[in-house]
Amino acid sequence: MVTSITSFGRSGLYDWMIQRVTAVALAAYTIFLMGYMLFTPELDYQQWKELFECTAMRIFTLLALLSLAAHAWIGMWSISTDYIKPTGIRFLFQSACGLLTFIYVVWGIQILWGV
Amino acid sequence: MLVSVYRYNPETDDAPYMQDIHIDIPGGKDIMVLDLLQLLKDKDSTLGYRRSCREGVCGSDGMNMNGKNGLACITPLSEVVESDKLVLRPLPGLPVIRDLVVDMTQFYTQYEKIKPYLINETPAPAIERLQSPVEREELDGLYECILCACCSTACPSFWWNPDKFIGPSGLLQAYRFLADSRDTATSERLADLDDPFSVFRCHGIMNCVSVCPKGLNPTKAIGKIRNMLLSQAT
Repeated sequence: MVTSITSFGRSGLYDWMIQRVTAVALAAYTIFLMGYMLFTPELDYQQWKELFECTAMRIFTLLALLSLAAHAWIGMWSISTDYIKPTGIRFLFQSACGLLTFIYVVWGIQILWGV
Repeated sequence: MLVSVYRYNPETDDAPYMQDIHIDIPGGKDIMVLDLLQLLKDKDSTLGYRRSCREGVCGSDGMNMNGKNGLACITPLSEVVESDKLVLRPLPGLPVIRDLVVDMTQFYTQYEKIKPYLINETPAPAIERLQSPVEREELDGLYECILCACCSTACPSFWWNPDKFIGPSGLLQAYRFLADSRDTATSERLADLDDPFSVFRCHGIMNCVSVCPKGLNPTKAIGKIRNMLLSQAT
């Protein structure tokens, strides 16, 4: 058993499951958006605005945003533990990734509800 | 043909280097890489490599031949030589002791971690613990591992975290004991593996399957460990 205090859920199984579940959410969101754009060839700003004013779309987008944040954190954490061996530099890199993810989530929510 | 061999003697060399040796194969026969190494050693007796059984059973002569790990004793030249050239290097990722000889300590430490022995706290029966043929079949494709380290040293996850990731060989053995009907420590074994490194550093790239000289499938065993962890979780 390797003790880890910086991973997403401390358990390898939990991180693995979150990675898969968030991947499914992101795939569903990507497929939906691609389908929407494909079936709305004359897409204009008004239609785009109406789409994101809908509560269901906001929930779906927020789900995708949070999924992206969790997915990216687990991925970046794995990369940092593979390639950055000095603990101090690795912690700094992980902190920067965490802060950036948090900023993107808050910023994303602001954009989403600012429509 | 041209053979390029990795040479390093820490007592005399500042850094490792590749030694190019031209050699004629007697009778142009398709000999094994281990036989070629013997011919090289006849020319230069300072060349160091491990060998023992010379028939793919002991797992001593694992090395990197033209970029792919394998056992020198059961790899014919025709399988690895390209454009009449063969590059021989030690197994990647492990510290080199000398020439093609690597220090396997990290590999064995990971193997030790998975407790590679039967654990059964119930009173021992008079003769032996029996298994049905079906239960015994569960161990096929697992027990044959000879611990040559070809798989683990072909795995980037093991290269980056040899102290934390058990590696394909150790995990194949971990599943060998998880799958054994006579072992009663299943939940303890699984609890020891449920961290972000021991099992979950495997990203399923299957280098281990591609190089295993015994034709085993560690990736499949790792998948089964993951499924066992999943099925016992809530």
